[in-house]
Amino acid sequence: MPSSSTQLSGLLRRLVVACTAPLVSASAFAADTMDKAYWNMPRGVTQVSHDVYSLHMLGFYFCVVIGVVVFGVMFYSLFAFRRSKHPVPANFHESTVVEIIWTIIPFVILIVLAVPAAKTLITEYDTSNSDLTVKITGYQWKWQYEYVDQGVSFFSTLKADANAARQLHSGIDPNTVPNYLHDVDNYLVLPVGKKVRFLLTANDVIHGWWMPDLAIKKDAIPGYVNEMWTRIDEPGVYRGQCTVLCGRDHGYMPIVVEAKSDADFEAWLTSKKPVQVASAASATMTDAPVAATAPAAPAPAAPTPPPAVSQVAAATSVAGAKKSKDDLIKAGATVYGARCVACHQATGQGLPPTFPSLVGDKIVTGPAAGHISQILKGKNAMPPFAPMLSDDEIAAVATYERNSWGNSAGEVQADQVAALRGK
Amino acid sequence: MAHEHAHDDAHGHDDHAHGPDKGIMRWIKTTNHKDLGTLYLFFSFTMFFIGGLMSLVIRAELFQPGLQFVDPELFNQFTTMHALVMIFGGVMPGFVGLANWMVPMMIGCSDLALPRVNNWGFWLLPFAFTMLLSTFFLPGGAPAGGWTIYPPLVLQTGNSFPILIFAIHLMGISSITGAINIVVTILNMRAPGMTLLKMPLFVWTWLITAYLLIAVMPVLAGAVTMLLTDKYFGTSFFNAAGGGDPVMFEHIFWFFGHPEVYIMILPAFGIISSIIPTFARKPLFGYASMVYAVASIAFLSFIVWAHHMFTVGIPLAGELFFMFSTMLIAVPTGVKVFNWIATMWGGSMTYETPMLFAIAFVFLFSIGGFSGLSLALAPVDFQYHNTYFVVAHFHYVLVPGAVFSIIAAIYYWIPKWTGRMYNETAGKWHFWLSSIFINVTFFPQHFLGLAGMPRRIPDYAVQFTDFNMVSTVGAFGFFVSQFIFIFNVLACCYGWFGRTRNVSNQVWEGATGLEWSVPSPAPYHTFEDQPLVGDDGMPVHGDAVAAAAH
Amino acid sequence: MASDAHATPNLSRYFVPAPSVWPFGLTVALILTVYGVSGYLEDRAIPTTALITAGVALALFIIFSWFRGVALESERGLYNDMVSRTYRWGMSWFIFSEVMFFAAFFGALFYARTLAIGWLGGEGEKGIITNSVLWPHFDPSWPSNGPGHVGGTFETVSPWKLPLVNTCLLLTSSVTITMAHHALKAAHRRACVLWMLATIALGSTFLYCQATEYMEAYKELNLTLGSGVYGSTFFMLTGFHGLHVTLGTIMMISITGRLLFGHFKPESHFGFEGVAWYWHFVDVVWVGLFIFVYIL
Ligand code: HEA
Ligand code: HEA
Ligand code: HEC
Ligand code: CUA
Ligand SMILES: [Cu+2]
Repeated sequence: MPSSSTQLSGLLRRLVVACTAPLVSASAFAADTMDKAYWNMPRGVTQVSHDVYSLHMLGFYFCVVIGVVVFGVMFYSLFAFRRSKHPVPANFHESTVVEIIWTIIPFVILIVLAVPAAKTLITEYDTSNSDLTVKITGYQWKWQYEYVDQGVSFFSTLKADANAARQLHSGIDPNTVPNYLHDVDNYLVLPVGKKVRFLLTANDVIHGWWMPDLAIKKDAIPGYVNEMWTRIDEPGVYRGQCTVLCGRDHGYMPIVVEAKSDADFEAWLTSKKPVQVASAASATMTDAPVAATAPAAPAPAAPTPPPAVSQVAAATSVAGAKKSKDDLIKAGATVYGARCVACHQATGQGLPPTFPSLVGDKIVTGPAAGHISQILKGKNAMPPFAPMLSDDEIAAVATYERNSWGNSAGEVQADQVAALRGK
Repeated sequence: MAHEHAHDDAHGHDDHAHGPDKGIMRWIKTTNHKDLGTLYLFFSFTMFFIGGLMSLVIRAELFQPGLQFVDPELFNQFTTMHALVMIFGGVMPGFVGLANWMVPMMIGCSDLALPRVNNWGFWLLPFAFTMLLSTFFLPGGAPAGGWTIYPPLVLQTGNSFPILIFAIHLMGISSITGAINIVVTILNMRAPGMTLLKMPLFVWTWLITAYLLIAVMPVLAGAVTMLLTDKYFGTSFFNAAGGGDPVMFEHIFWFFGHPEVYIMILPAFGIISSIIPTFARKPLFGYASMVYAVASIAFLSFIVWAHHMFTVGIPLAGELFFMFSTMLIAVPTGVKVFNWIATMWGGSMTYETPMLFAIAFVFLFSIGGFSGLSLALAPVDFQYHNTYFVVAHFHYVLVPGAVFSIIAAIYYWIPKWTGRMYNETAGKWHFWLSSIFINVTFFPQHFLGLAGMPRRIPDYAVQFTDFNMVSTVGAFGFFVSQFIFIFNVLACCYGWFGRTRNVSNQVWEGATGLEWSVPSPAPYHTFEDQPLVGDDGMPVHGDAVAAAAH
Repeated sequence: MASDAHATPNLSRYFVPAPSVWPFGLTVALILTVYGVSGYLEDRAIPTTALITAGVALALFIIFSWFRGVALESERGLYNDMVSRTYRWGMSWFIFSEVMFFAAFFGALFYARTLAIGWLGGEGEKGIITNSVLWPHFDPSWPSNGPGHVGGTFETVSPWKLPLVNTCLLLTSSVTITMAHHALKAAHRRACVLWMLATIALGSTFLYCQATEYMEAYKELNLTLGSGVYGSTFFMLTGFHGLHVTLGTIMMISITGRLLFGHFKPESHFGFEGVAWYWHFVDVVWVGLFIFVYIL
């Protein structure tokens, strides 16, 4: 923890502001990172989100009016019929007419609310005639986005700076991290003005994909596909996060959508494609150059084309060349911190019994092949990393694990991984 | 609350055998509804305290962004256990305790119908909860999948998984036996003259609640049994590859879960319907419509469950159906609220502590109801779902709703139980502090939810900091205020303001009903010979003491 | 012992039993058992077998003693009309709770059959997309073990062999227990015992057939608890039903014992009737099973 006394006084100041702000003015909050609606639901940037917002406000106003009337009467009678003022109680206790009236009035109000709600709902369910389809898959704890029929697909995880700051006792003040917990490494980029359809599923447990500014939220159910759609009006960056409890790091699964003009979007999409070829090529270089001719296809795990996250690592490495153990360990520590630490913990001790300890573990200290294929293929609650990590990265993280926390079991090179990939 | 009154000789006339045993064995072996009521309430009190402490851990971690105290996994464990402890350990046993004490005295019978089963139903609870709470100390910790225990996530639970399932089974057995006991008592053992439509509303609401319990607790038992076999015996109920569906669990769970939330509010309606007429000195307005309203709420509660699942992707027709049926519940609930207010209208009101809590109930529960109605609008629920807006909604109906009603009931009836009046000044302090802090705690959570803060997260984006701080302060304030209550209750039990039993049979000037015709403190045995009940709901022959003392 | 305190029954008053240690003991027994089982399921280092054995033994002992006490109270005439109405109401509501327990599993069966399998196989709007994206070659039909063919290929039990026999057995047993009831009401104790023995025999034969059917399913049809959602619903429904038949049979054995001891009177014999109701309930559930699990 950083110097705790200054931190404490800062907190107290903030708390005082927080408690008094509602009385003074809402602008006191603007001092913060907040530039948008803070008290209320965002109006959002789509037709649907505007409809939803109006419906929300309509419901709210109805409740306020009903509340004022009903509690007005109640507080009036608390005041007027207190014993000191009204010593002799009346004795009426029944009136069918009144009962009927106050059954019918709420009923009518409900119908007034139900009609626009039903309309909006019907619109939200209509996913037909879309211009673009994106498949979203939830994993513990990251999202995969696949532009269907475009050969572009990648993973999206919490930004590294936030990941460092969010660790217990990290000592990093979240206020210093831009968009703390609301930022990711790879944005989901979408075109403005186009109807985008989402296909939503999950790989392990149920997740929930929510984007407040688009007013869409749906659960990602393993084994089933849900649909939803949006048409964004304004370019911009919109932030949300996973909304279904999905285990330990449920709070660390942000979602960021970047809406671009059509042209910018197309440019972005094409820029994604060629790199992918290079990445696939470099990863399989040692085997055969054939890979280059079949860019998105030779995915190891059946339906998923190789993702783009690894492209940087893959592209910058000199394919096939041996690396020094120290370099591997260094690179591996980064990968481990990003990918494995959630389950196996920084200490390598995991969270038994679900997430095993890797310290002195049989697989980690045993033959490299077993270790590599565990990472490539996953097992039970551990996801397969073959689609997410390059050979170099897997080699690095394996070497790191084999030589940390008192383990010492030699190094693993990328070609060993390449040889096992797809087996 | 330990009650001594049964030990003393205020009822030395107890001429035949079974007075209470001595010492601890009294509580272990007891078949007396008053003893068991006391045990239930004592247990509920303890659980509220433990659940409250857990909520403080949650709130402390959420005071500011970043992780300060607990690991995310442990946070999830606390959230899950907080809810299970509060619901199954706090609110439900609290209401059962009140039913144990009051139902026989209200309908004029000597005990619950099946006293030994009653004892069994109680003792299952402390054991089940000890077992459940002990999972915090197992490797892997306590269950962390949320109180809604959705698969596949909950199947990742480690060592504590079977304990979770079996604890739920045992709580279910306890609830079912308790409910059967209450239903049978009410249907079978009313004193002559106590027709169904003369029963106090607390009895009516409990009759319907017990019916709900018997109907849905077995369904929960079935659901968790399927979880158990999915994890250990290779079944595929909730696994798509085998032809099952994780969403199927949600349907079964909420078929139980939604009636369950009404199980936690209907007895509260009964309590409030008893308290308001007493302090307004005017009969309850619209008795018959109150009964019909409760019955309609109970009926509707079976056909609205999927409003918890608006985002799971149910077909449009289903979505519309569940939206409309859910909205309908506002109608009978509104009828109840209006009737309470009409009862106050034209009364001659005084504001003792039970009445204050009852008024706060009407006001704050309705606010929770309003947010419930907003949630019922499916397209808007897409924005609210799984955010703090939902957390605000259900705490408004549960804390200033269910919990306030339990507190009100205790203030209202404790003079009858102990023969001593609680301290009114302390009661007023307790009321004002609780009411203020509960709003400080949960009102800002509406804003948090609307602004985009999801529930069940240990850490959040920095723009949510301010309201979270306010909420945390409120939570600590609320918790601390409850010590006034503990003090007041213990003072009544142990006579800290002088040992004299200082209240009359009727206790409250405006109170009517059989329970106010027996001495205060109520003797160990009441109504062994059933009284004849007149049109005013009071015994017809002889004076009240004679009716009570055989 | 529970009722000793009452020397002379006063039937104008409701019978309130003396304090009893049985309920608490039963709780302890249950906790020992489930704690043992949970340790067994999670391979925990606790003496599981000892816990389970102790728990079950204690539970059996207590249930026996508790019910024996109740039977004796009843025989000593401590129960007035209100008490016997309590038992009637109590038993009815208990059976209602059992109905709801089975409802959960029937619900799962209908849901899986008509909705889940349909969606996975491409039926309905949700199904079209689920099927084409995730399970392209899965074709919805029932019985099914899902697109992952969990548990491998299996065959189903033909309803017209053992299950039909079982249906006849149970339906007949409902008749025989009714005959026993009539005999009891007519004060023909011997006839009553004989009809009861017949019922017990029918119940036991049912259980025997059911066990045979399970063995066949496991060994020859490769139909197991792990055979996807079909196997799951099949075994859980029939299994819980079988468990209820077992309990019912034990209950019948004990009331037959009581008959032999001279318990029950022609005009008051709720212990007997309660068991009969339970048996009819088990029978009705079977008819549901036979139709929805075996035939359809
Ligand atoms: C005591 C418990 C209790 C009670 C009484 C209620 C009452 C209601 N609840 Fe609530 N609810 C919960 C406990 C409760 N709820 C819990 C625990 C959850 C979350 C579970 C979880 O996910 O963990 C939940 C969640 C929940 C959801 C799901 C939200 C989501 O997850 O997205 C919904 C959606 O429809 C909902 C709706 C309602 C409605 C319509 C009522 C109605 O009964 C309210 C009716 C009352 C009024 C409306 C006020 C009084 C009426 C008037 C003054 C008359 C006039 C009014 C009008 C015409 C508007 N509740
Ligand atoms: C009855 C139920 C109940 C009660 C009383 C409470 C009480 C409180 N709850 Fe909780 N809560 C839930 C039910 C309840 N809650 C549920 C169902 C969830 C969802 C869990 C999930 O997501 O799975 C939840 C979740 C939840 C969250 C969200 C966690 C998350 O999403 O990560 C938070 C956060 O602030 C919270 C806070 C509090 C606080 C500060 C209180 C305070 O009010 C606590 C203080 C209360 C007391 C100290 C008890 C006072 C009562 C008495 C003194 C009465 C005495 C009784 C007798 C005499 C018999 N609760
Ligand atoms: C979502 C959680 C999760 C993540 C992320 C994860 N693992 Fe695992 N890991 C597991 C689980 C669960 C197991 C145990 C699998 C089993 O045997 O059932 C495991 C097992 C292992 C084992 C074998 C240990 C043994 O004895 O079984 C190794 C090696 C391993 N993981 C390495 C890694 C590496 C390297 C990464 C990151 C690139 C990683 N894991 C990321 C959950 C995870
Ligand atoms: Cu993914 Cu929550
Ligand atoms: Cu609900």
